[in-house]
Amino acid sequence: MSLALRVEELAKHYVLKSETVRALRGVSFDVPEGDYVAIMGPSGSGKSTLLNLLGCLDQPTSGNFFLRDVSIGQLNDNQRSEVRAAHIGFVFQSYNLIPQLTVVENIEVPLYYQGNLAPDQRSYCKQLAEMVGLGDRLRHRPTQLSGGQQQRVAIARSLANNPYFILADEPTGNLDSATTHDILSLFESLNEQGKTIVIVTHEDEVASRVKRVIRLRDGEIDSDTRN
Amino acid sequence: MILKRFFQTLRLGVYSLLLHKLRSGLAVLGILIGITAVIWLVAMGEGVSYQAQQQIKDLGATNIIVRSVRPAQQGSSASSGLFLEYGLLREDFDLIVSNIRRATSDVLEQIVPLREIKKEARRHDLNLDVRVVGCTPEYLDLNHLTIDRGRFLTDSDNNPPENVAVLAAEAAKSLFPLENPINQTIQIDADFYRIVGVTEDRDPTAAIGGSLDSQDYNLDVYIPLATLRARIGDMIFTSRSGSREGEIVQLSQITIGLKDLTYVDAISEIVRKIVLEKHPNKDVKVIVPKELLRQAALLRMMFNVLLILIAGISLVVGGIGIMNIMLATVTERTREIGIRRALGAKRRNVIAQFLVESVVLTGIGGGLGVAFGFLCKPTINFARDLVREISPETANTLPATILELQPIIAPWSIIASLLISVGVGLIFGMYPAYRAANMDPIEALRHE
Repeated sequence: MSLALRVEELAKHYVLKSETVRALRGVSFDVPEGDYVAIMGPSGSGKSTLLNLLGCLDQPTSGNFFLRDVSIGQLNDNQRSEVRAAHIGFVFQSYNLIPQLTVVENIEVPLYYQGNLAPDQRSYCKQLAEMVGLGDRLRHRPTQLSGGQQQRVAIARSLANNPYFILADEPTGNLDSATTHDILSLFESLNEQGKTIVIVTHEDEVASRVKRVIRLRDGEIDSDTRN
Repeated sequence: MILKRFFQTLRLGVYSLLLHKLRSGLAVLGILIGITAVIWLVAMGEGVSYQAQQQIKDLGATNIIVRSVRPAQQGSSASSGLFLEYGLLREDFDLIVSNIRRATSDVLEQIVPLREIKKEARRHDLNLDVRVVGCTPEYLDLNHLTIDRGRFLTDSDNNPPENVAVLAAEAAKSLFPLENPINQTIQIDADFYRIVGVTEDRDPTAAIGGSLDSQDYNLDVYIPLATLRARIGDMIFTSRSGSREGEIVQLSQITIGLKDLTYVDAISEIVRKIVLEKHPNKDVKVIVPKELLRQAALLRMMFNVLLILIAGISLVVGGIGIMNIMLATVTERTREIGIRRALGAKRRNVIAQFLVESVVLTGIGGGLGVAFGFLCKPTINFARDLVREISPETANTLPATILELQPIIAPWSIIASLLISVGVGLIFGMYPAYRAANMDPIEALRHE
């Protein structure tokens, strides 16, 4: 089975005043395509740091990781932007939709930064909105939607660039349990369609519904178990 | 493709600006005022300089005017009852003619001597203060006058001197309110003159920068120069507040008309030399409209530069307003910037987004400014009419330049305004856009 992600001895140190904080101390793991992984751990365990590195928002101090066969480790800001635009689908805790854009326009944003605007992108984005159950709200603004609906839009947006994997940061953190259930079902159905998904979370309910849980502690992998 | 992308960015910019309508509107207002100021100031400057140039052109660019000037009062000379003798002499005329002929042959179109005197013209019980102009037939063409009825003076009127006169339109109307003046007579001093013609109305010329008094041709009475010399003579008395003053002036003005503009510089040099030699006490001056025209062009340029500087200041103020708004926008939308960066926006995409917004702001300001610029003429006319309506006395005290000013909107000022407004947007939007682009995406995403 081919790999969606290959993480090799990934480390990140922050220098604060005279002190060096070793947030991530050499983490290695593989994520095969079609996997559904939750990354868990208490605060200060390096979760967020790993998330930023996997999301190509930050540069590792040492080590490397590969998105399929693209080496990400030492890319510059511009190249990382290109990788984010082309291969990563982001879902955030606070949805992070752009308030002045409509639902369908929000879904279009990643395509816009990909550089190749297909003439049929609008209908493609409408299809995505229909897929997450918001086909009737295309012209609504984020403020006119509930939290669950906003997160659905965000998930549709993460699919727009047909990414190598979806990276979700506490996607259910702001949702009630019923909506959490819905969103997790949506992730599950996407995973069944073959999407690779990595969720960073601290909720056990999420952990219980994924295929694999990686637990971090003090910047290192504490456990890596399959459900 | 690129165009589509651009329009998408543009639409996004407009969207974002519409989120804060009042704030964007105020920022636009700053630029609008600046651009309107540019267009108005340039239009008024152009109007004033057009007026001046028109007047100078009326004098004739191929003409050289030599004029007698009453020297500054020497104090005792007039009060002691002595005649003040000054100005051009008939021999100066001959000297100028012969000198020009000797220097270059065949450059003279015409050379017209004239003498002007303020007199009272009478007819029955009507009387009118007029300017009696003793001149030769060429005077008509030289001053762009046209004959309404009858004829102008002819050479045979001058030799032998005939008592004939041509009336200007206003003088004719005042002295002959009901009848045809032709072949009627008017009296000036003790002499009677037969009217042979009436000229058409002509707009008065305003004074030009101190070098020439304003001229109102409409209260003129033209008589042959030889007749004036024979009947009125060189001496004039004026009674002023009890004391009598006397002047002896042979000629008031000599107008030299040349065949071509290229001769003007050389001939004016010759004329200046003669005048300097014969009239070292500065009672004669030489006016060269071509030089005035050149000066006027220079003045106009300096004026425009000054106006643009003033308008430039208001544009800088407007630009600072834009920068302020854009900085606020960038700070406020830190999170949006983070989201966009996470979704793959490069730094230059972020720069482009915010630059487009600031250029949209200033572009709208510039466009509206141009639109308001076109209101310049109607507004000024309206304001002038309003002043005339409310207080005619005030209106009459206003200088002719203001009363007659017609702003001319210069096409270059419109193009420059639009370019400047886009430029202001780019310059003052640059720093906020860079600030947005250089945000750390992780920090920006965390921003509340």
